[in-house]
Amino acid sequence: MALLDVTGLGISFGGLRAVDNFDIHIEKGSLYGLIGPNGAGKTTVFNMLTGVYKPTDGTIVLDGENITGKKAIQINRDGIARTFQNIRLFKELSVIDNVKVGLHNDYAYSTLAGIFRLPSYYRQEKAMNEKAMEILKVFDLDGEYDYLASNLPYGKQRKLEIARALATDPKLLLLDEPAAGMNPNETKELMETIQLIRDKFDMTILLIEHDMKLVAGICEKLTVLNFGQVLAQGDTSEVLKNPEVIKAYLGDD
Amino acid sequence: MTRIAGREKVMSFLNYLISGLSLGSVYAIIALGYTMVYGIAKMLNFAHGDVIMVGGFAVYMSMNALGLNPILAVIVSIIVCTVLGIVIEKVAYKPLRKATPLAVLITAIGVSYFLQNLALLIFGSDAKLFTSVVNIKAISLANGQITITGETIVTIVVCIIIMVVLSLFIKKTKAGQAMLAVSEDKEAAELMGINVNKTISLTFAIGSGLAGIAGALLCSAYPTLTPYTGSMPGIKAFVAAVFGGIGSIPGALIGGLLLGVIENLSKAYISSQMADAIVFSVLIIVLLVKPTGLLGKKISEKV
Amino acid sequence: MKNMSKQLKSNLITYGIVIVFYLLMMILKGTGNLSSLYRGLLVPICVYTIMAVSLNLTVGILGELSLGHAGFMCVGAFTSALFSMLLRDSGMNSIVRFIIAILLGALVAALAGVIIGIPVLRLKGDYLAIVTLAFGEIIKNVVNVLYVGRDSNGVHVSFKDAASLNLLPDGEVIVKGPQGITGTPNDSTFTIGIIMLIIVLFVVINFVNSRSGRAVMAIRDNRIAAESVGINISKFKLMAFAISASMAGAAGALYAHNLATLNALPKNFGYNMSIMILVYVVLGGIGNIRGSVIAATILTVLPELLRGFSDYRMLIYSVVLIALMLFNWSPKILDFRSKYSVKNWISKKRDNKEEV
Repeated sequence: MALLDVTGLGISFGGLRAVDNFDIHIEKGSLYGLIGPNGAGKTTVFNMLTGVYKPTDGTIVLDGENITGKKAIQINRDGIARTFQNIRLFKELSVIDNVKVGLHNDYAYSTLAGIFRLPSYYRQEKAMNEKAMEILKVFDLDGEYDYLASNLPYGKQRKLEIARALATDPKLLLLDEPAAGMNPNETKELMETIQLIRDKFDMTILLIEHDMKLVAGICEKLTVLNFGQVLAQGDTSEVLKNPEVIKAYLGDD
Repeated sequence: MTRIAGREKVMSFLNYLISGLSLGSVYAIIALGYTMVYGIAKMLNFAHGDVIMVGGFAVYMSMNALGLNPILAVIVSIIVCTVLGIVIEKVAYKPLRKATPLAVLITAIGVSYFLQNLALLIFGSDAKLFTSVVNIKAISLANGQITITGETIVTIVVCIIIMVVLSLFIKKTKAGQAMLAVSEDKEAAELMGINVNKTISLTFAIGSGLAGIAGALLCSAYPTLTPYTGSMPGIKAFVAAVFGGIGSIPGALIGGLLLGVIENLSKAYISSQMADAIVFSVLIIVLLVKPTGLLGKKISEKV
Repeated sequence: MKNMSKQLKSNLITYGIVIVFYLLMMILKGTGNLSSLYRGLLVPICVYTIMAVSLNLTVGILGELSLGHAGFMCVGAFTSALFSMLLRDSGMNSIVRFIIAILLGALVAALAGVIIGIPVLRLKGDYLAIVTLAFGEIIKNVVNVLYVGRDSNGVHVSFKDAASLNLLPDGEVIVKGPQGITGTPNDSTFTIGIIMLIIVLFVVINFVNSRSGRAVMAIRDNRIAAESVGINISKFKLMAFAISASMAGAAGALYAHNLATLNALPKNFGYNMSIMILVYVVLGGIGNIRGSVIAATILTVLPELLRGFSDYRMLIYSVVLIALMLFNWSPKILDFRSKYSVKNWISKKRDNKEEV
C-alpha cells in the first residue's frame, strides 16, 4: 500500500472545474514531482491535500487513514506538512522560533507552565531548542538561528520554510515551487538538500516545480497536470519524453 | 375608547417610523462615504464622521458669521469638506497604501482625533445652537396626528437624489467605471491603464463632499453642534454600511434606513439609554450571521 | 544560548525600571517632596500602565486592533466595586477583601473576554476593530441601566430603575444606574498598584516567551502558515484575548477602589478611553512591553507637568499618532531614512573596508 492514495479528487469554484478526477499514488520514501503549466491546478491540489480547500469529490488516504475534508491543523497532525509558493514565514519571529512553532505539538507544555516557569517549561524548551538546532543544522541555518526570519536572504527563507515543515515530523512533505526565484547555484544546493532530507529523515516528498533540471534531477516519478486534469503519469524519464507533455509545455508558446 | 387608543398607538408608531426614516436617510448619506472609500481603498476611514462635524461648523459659520443664506452655506460646506477629504487622503492615507491595515486604521483614528481636537480648540466644547438650513413648513396629516417636519422631507428627498445621481455617475461615466474597476481588482485596473491613485482621491473627494451635505442635514434635524457631533453618527453610519453590505451603494441606502428606524423605534419602545446598545448589537449580529451584509459580496483569501 | 540571555537582560531592565520608579516615588513621598497632585497620580499611573501592557498583548502580540479595551476595564471596575460594597461591613480584612475583589474583577473580565472573543475573533482587521468598539459601548450602556440593591432578603438586580428592585425598607441601593456606585472602599494604594503591574508584566513577558506566546505570534505573522504547522488558531487567539481582558479587569478594580464615586462615562469607559490606551501602546511601540509602561507613565504625568499642555494634549497625541505611522510606513520617509540612517552609514563604511 502506498503512503498517499488519492483517487478521483476534484474541486469546483463557482461552477468552474479547477481540478478534475485527479489520481496519485505515492510510495513511502519516494521523491515525486507534480508539474504542469501555470494555472494547471497544481497548487489547488496541494491546498486540497493540506485541508486549505475542501474537495468536492474524491478521497485522500494517508497511510491507510482517510483524511478527505479534514481541517488543515488536523491534516498536519495526521502527517502532511507543506511549504508555500509565496513564502509564508513568521516574519517577526527569529529563525529558531519559526522552527519551534513547527515543534509546537510534539513538545507540549501547558500555558500555565509557561507563565509560571514550571519544571516542564525548562525541560521541554531545552529539548525543543536542541531539536530545532539539529534541524537548522541540516539546512545550514544554525549560524543564523537568532536572526529575524524576515532578515534572511531569499534562498535561506525558502530553506527555513522547509525546516519548519519538517519540524512537525510529517510522513509526507509537500514543497510548492521550492526553487522559485533561486539562481542556478542555489537550486543545485537545494537539490542536494532535498535529497539529503529524504535520506536522513526517511521522508516522502511531493514537490511542485517549474525548474525542469531540478525535476529531472531528483524526482523518480512525475504527474503532469494540464487544465486541471492528469495528462501523464509515471517514471520521470518516460513522462518527460511523452509527446503530449512536450506539447503542453512548448506547444502553447 | 379602545379603538381611539389603538388609533393613537398606530399614529405615534407612524411618527416614530417617519422620524426614523429621516435619521436613516442621514445615516445613508454618511454610509455612502464609508462604503465607497471602503470598497475602493479597502480602508475604514474613521475620520469620516468628523468630516461631517466640520461640515456642520462650515454651515454654522457661513450662516452666523458671514450671513450667507442656507443654500450658499451648504455649498460652502460641500467645498470645505471636499477639500478637507482630499487633503486628508493626500497627507495621511496615500503614503500608507502598502502599510499594514493596523497602521492605516491607527492613522485614521489619529486623523479623527485631530479634527475633533482642532475643532475643540477653535470653537470650544459648549454646544452651538444650529439654525436649520431648511425653511419648509411641517406637513400635518390625519388631523394633525402625524407631523412630518420640513427637515424630514428635505433629508429623505436629498438622500434619494444623491443615490440616483451617484448610481448614474458610476454606471455612465468613465471615472465611475474606473472606480468600479479599482474596487474589483486594484492591480488589474492599473494594468488596464486606470490611474488608481487618482481614482482613490476622487472617491475621497466625493465621499467627503457628501459628508458636507450630511453635516448640514444632521445638524438641522438635531440642532446642537459640538466637536463630537460627528463621531457617534459616523460610527453608526459605518454600522449601516456594514449592515447593507460594504461597497454597495443600494446597500448603504437600505442599511442606513433600517438602522435609523431600528434606533428610533428602540428609543421609543424599549429604552432610550439602550438604543445605542441595540444599534451596535445589530452590527454584531450581522457580522456573525452574514459578514458580507445584506447586499455585499464575498471576499476570500488567496493561498 | 545567546538570544536567551539577551532576552533575560531586557526583561530584567523592564522590571528594574518599575522597581526603581517605585522606590523613587516612595522616597519622594516619604520626604514630603511629592505634592498632593502627584500623589494623586500614582495609582492612575499603575492603572494606565497595566491597561497599556494588557492592550499591547492584543495589539502587538496577537496583532488585532481592539477598540473596546475600556469595556473590560469597566467590567472589572464594577464587578470588584460591587463585591467590595457587598462585603464592606462584613468585618473582612480590607487587604484580603481587595485582593479577592481584584481577582474577581479579572475573572469576570476574562469571562467577558471569552464571550466576546468567540464571535469577534472570527473577524479580521477593521471589522474586528469596529465590533470590539461596539461591544465596549454596549458594556458601558448596560452598566448605565444596571441597578443592584440589597435588603434582608438578599441581592436584587434590575435593568429598569431603583424602584423595580422592590427593596424592603431596610434595603440599600448599591449600583444606581447612571449614578453608579458611591462609597467604594478606598483600598487602592500605590504599592498594591506596583505589585499588580509587576505581576502583569511577569505574566505577559513569560507568556510571550513560551510555547503559547510563540503560537499567538505565529498566528499574527501568518495565519495560514500557522494552521499548516498544526496550530489551533481559535484557541490561541482566544487565550491571548482573554488574558488581555482579565488584566484590563484587574486595572479596572484598581481604578474603582481609588474613587469615591464610580460611574460609566464616555470619558472613563467609552471608546475614547480605549483609544487613549491605544495611543500609549502605539507611542511606546507596538509589541514593545517596556515601551507601553514608559509611554503610559509619561503621558499620564505630562498633562499635569505642563499646565498649558493639557489643552493641546489630544491634538498633539493625534499628530504624533499620524506622524509615527507615516514615519514607519511612508515610502518617501523610508527612502529618506535608509539613505541617512546612522546604522546604514556604519555598515556601508564596513562594507567598503571589506572590499579594500
